[in-house]
Amino acid sequence: MAAGVATWLPFARAAAVGWLPLAQQPLPAAPQGCEARSDEVLVVNVSGRRFQTWKNTLDRYPDTLLGSSEKEFFFDPDSGEYFFDRDPDLFRHVLNFYRTGRLHCPRQECIQAFDEELAFYGIVPELIGDCCLEEYRDRKKENAERLAEDEEAELGGPGGAGADWALPPGSPFRQRLWRAFENPHTSTMALVFYYVTGFFIAVSVIANVVETIPCAAGGRAGWQEEPCGDRFPLAFFCMDTACVLIFTGEYLLRLFAAPSRGRFLRSVMSLIDAVAILPYYIGLFVPKNDDLSGAFVTLRVFRVFRIFKFSRHSQGLRILGYTLKSCASELGFLLFSLTMAIIIFATVMFYAEKGTSKTNFTSIPAAFWYTIVTMTTLGYGDMVPSTIAGKIFGSICSLSGVLVIALPVPVIVSNFSRIYHQNQRADKRRAQQKVRLARIRMAKSGTTTAFLQYKRNRGLEVGLCPGPALSTRSRSAFEQQHHHLLHCLEKTTSHEFTDESTFSEALGVISLGGRTSRSTSVSSQAVIGTSARASGLISSCCPRQSKQRRAIRLANSTASVSRGSMQELDTLAGHRSPGPQSRASLNAKTHDSLTLNCDSQDLVAAIISIPTPPANTPDESRPHSPASDSGEGPGRPSGGSSSSNRGALRNSSLGPSYLLHNTVKISSL
Amino acid sequence: MEMATVRHRPEALELLEAQSKFTKKELQILYRGFKNPGAISFYECPSGVVNEETFKEIYSQFFPQGDSTTYAHFLFNAFDTDHNGSVSFEDFVMGLSILLRGTVQEKLNWAFNLYDINKDGYITKEEMLDIMKAIYDMMGKCTYPVLKEDAPRQHVETFFQKMDKNKDGVVTIDEFIESCQKDENIMRSMQLFENVI
Repeated sequence: MAAGVATWLPFARAAAVGWLPLAQQPLPAAPQGCEARSDEVLVVNVSGRRFQTWKNTLDRYPDTLLGSSEKEFFFDPDSGEYFFDRDPDLFRHVLNFYRTGRLHCPRQECIQAFDEELAFYGIVPELIGDCCLEEYRDRKKENAERLAEDEEAELGGPGGAGADWALPPGSPFRQRLWRAFENPHTSTMALVFYYVTGFFIAVSVIANVVETIPCAAGGRAGWQEEPCGDRFPLAFFCMDTACVLIFTGEYLLRLFAAPSRGRFLRSVMSLIDAVAILPYYIGLFVPKNDDLSGAFVTLRVFRVFRIFKFSRHSQGLRILGYTLKSCASELGFLLFSLTMAIIIFATVMFYAEKGTSKTNFTSIPAAFWYTIVTMTTLGYGDMVPSTIAGKIFGSICSLSGVLVIALPVPVIVSNFSRIYHQNQRADKRRAQQKVRLARIRMAKSGTTTAFLQYKRNRGLEVGLCPGPALSTRSRSAFEQQHHHLLHCLEKTTSHEFTDESTFSEALGVISLGGRTSRSTSVSSQAVIGTSARASGLISSCCPRQSKQRRAIRLANSTASVSRGSMQELDTLAGHRSPGPQSRASLNAKTHDSLTLNCDSQDLVAAIISIPTPPANTPDESRPHSPASDSGEGPGRPSGGSSSSNRGALRNSSLGPSYLLHNTVKISSL
Repeated sequence: MEMATVRHRPEALELLEAQSKFTKKELQILYRGFKNPGAISFYECPSGVVNEETFKEIYSQFFPQGDSTTYAHFLFNAFDTDHNGSVSFEDFVMGLSILLRGTVQEKLNWAFNLYDINKDGYITKEEMLDIMKAIYDMMGKCTYPVLKEDAPRQHVETFFQKMDKNKDGVVTIDEFIESCQKDENIMRSMQLFENVI
C-alpha cells in the first residue's frame, strides 16, 4: 500500500494528463464521490490532552485506526472531538508517525506498553524507523527471553529447578520419576534421594582423598608409612563398591526415566556419570597384575570426576561452566599468543645457555618450563640461567611476561567485545535490510493484488453498470483514485496488468498454441516479420542476457523457418520445453536457466508468432499479416488481419481458455 | 557552505494565488503535502524543493509493478521549468495549475512540452519512442496480453500517422494541437482529472 504518499496522489493523477494524447482506447471515467475535499483540523482528545492535526495528515495511512473510518467509533458528537482513553505520552509518538512518516521508539517507556499502543492504533511495529529499530528489537528480545526463562522455570525444564506444583495424578510413573530427578523439591522421596546421592558423592571423593594419606604403620613390619588405602584395602573397597552401586543405580534410573534417551546419553552430566563409574567396573574385570596396574592406577584418577557430579546440586557450578564455554574463543587466542611468546623465549634461552656445562636447559622443551615459570612471575628457581646472555634474556623474559600476560587480557576482552558487537550490528543491519526489502515487496504486492481484485470485481459486473458502485467494498477514496490511475495506464498502452500466474499461464498456452499450428503453411514474408516479433518476445522474457544472442537467433530462426517445410517446424516444435516452468525459472533469474530457456523459447517463439500476432489497436494496419488468419469470432483483439471485426472488448475474465479456443480454430484449417 | 542547505522559501501566497488558478485553501493543502511528504524515507530532500530522486521514489510507489523511473525523469524535466535540478513549490503549483485547471490548449501545450525532450519545438520519432518506452516500462512484465518488444514502436507509428499531417517525420506544436482537437476521445478525456485536488 502506498502509505504516506497519499498526498502526492493528486499530483500523480494530474501527471497522467501526459498519457491522454497517446491513449489508444478511451479512458475510464473518474471514480465518483471524490469531490474536492477541503482540509480541516481534527481534535483528538487522549485522556484529557488535546492533540490537533489536519485530517490529511491522518489520512496518509489509511490502514491504521486513525486513518480509516474506524476512528468514527471514537467520535464524540457533543464535543466534536475524538476521544481515546489511552496513554497520552505514548500517543505523541503515534501522532508523530503520521506527521513525519517515521515511527520512533521512546527510550524510557516499557516496550510492552508501546507495543500495545501500536497494536491498538493499528500500526505495525515493523514500521519503526531505522534509527530506533535496533534498540526496539534488542529490548523486545530481552523481554522475550526473560519471559521465556520464567516460563521455562515454571514448566521445570532441564535447567529449571523451580516448579513446585505436583504433576497430575494420572501421569505415568516414568514422567514422575524424571520430575523427581530434575526437581528434587517436588516430593519427599526425591528430596531424600537427592541428599543421599549428594552424601555418597562426598563420601566417595573424601575416600579417594583419604586413601592416599600415609597412615601410621602401627605394629607392622618396618617404620614405613603406607597410604591408608593399602592399610585398609577392604574398608575402602567396600565404601567404593557402595558408592558405585548407588551411582550406577541412579544412572540407570535416570536413563529409564529420561523423556529422550538419546539426548540424555549425549548430555554432559550423564557423560560425567558414566566416566565416574566406569573405572570401577574396568578395575573389577581386569585381573590385578603388575603389567596393567599402571593403567589401572590411571583409571583411578578418573574417579575424581565424581566431584563434577556436584554440579547437579549446585547452580553456581553450572553458571561457571557456561561462562567458560562462552569465553572459549578469547581464551583460545590468549593461549595462542602465550604459546608463541613461550616458544620464542625458550629457544633464545636454550641457545644462550647452550655453552654452559651441567646446565638445566637441556633442550628447548626443557626450557619451556623455565619460560612459563618466569613469564608468570612464579620463579621457582629450579632452573636458572648462568651465562650473562642467559641472564639478560631471562630478565627480558620476565619483564615481557608481565606485559604479555597482564596487558592483553583486558584489551583483548574489550576488543573482542567491541568486534563482537560490531559483527552483531552488521548482521542486524543485514537483517534490517532484508526486512526493509521484504516490506517494500509486500507493499508493492499489496497494491497490485488490490488492483487486480478491483478489476476482477469490476469485470464481473461490467454488464450491470458502468460505475464501480458495488465493487467498492470498502475501498478508500485514495484506493479508488489510485486504481483509476492504473486503469488509465492500462488503457493508454492497451495492455492489462496481471499477476505472475496468469502471465505464465498465458505464455504456456501461447507455446501450446504454437505447436498445433504446424499444419499451416507460412509465407516467408510473414515468417520474417514474425521472427522479428519473436525476438521481441524473447527479449521481453529474457531481458538482459538474450540481447547479444538475439541477432544470431534471428538469423537462425529466419533461415530455418523460411524454408517453410513442415519438417522444420516439427523439429522446432520438438525443442519446446514446458512453458510455464521455464517462465518461472526465468523469474528466478539464474544465468544457466536463462540460457537454456532462451534457447527453447527462442525457437518456440518463431512458431508462436505465426498464428497469434500481438494485440494491436483497431486502426493499425499491419503490413505483415500471417496467412493463417481465419475468420475468428468477435472480441479477439489479436485476430491479425485488419479486416476482422474487432469488438475491442477484451474481457479479462476469459483469459487463457479464450486463447485455447482460438488456437483450436487455427488447427482446423 | 553548500547552497543545498539554504532553505527555500516559496513566493507569497497571494502572488501564487494570482499566478495560478488555485484558491488560497487549495494552495495551503498543496504546500503542506509538498513540504512534508511523509514516508519518503530513503532520500532526504532539502526542505522546500523536491529533487529528482525523491520524485522517482514517489512515482515508484504508485506503480509498483513496473519501472517508473524513466517516465518520472521526463516528468521531472517537464515540471522543472527553469532546469535547475529541483522542483520548487512554484514549479509544482504552476504545473498542477495547468494540468488541473488549465484550458485544453494549455494542457495540450504541456503534453507537447513533455514529449519534446530536447525542447526544440519538434517531436521526433526517437523522442516519442523514448517516452513510449518509459510508459510501457511502467506496466512491468506481467501484462495481458504479453508485452512485445516493439509494442512501443508500433504505438509510436500509430501516433505519428495520426499526428504528423505533412508526413515530414516530426510533429510540431500546431500539428499536435490540431490533431488532438479533432480526436473526440482525447478531448473527452481531458476533463478526467479536473477534480483531483
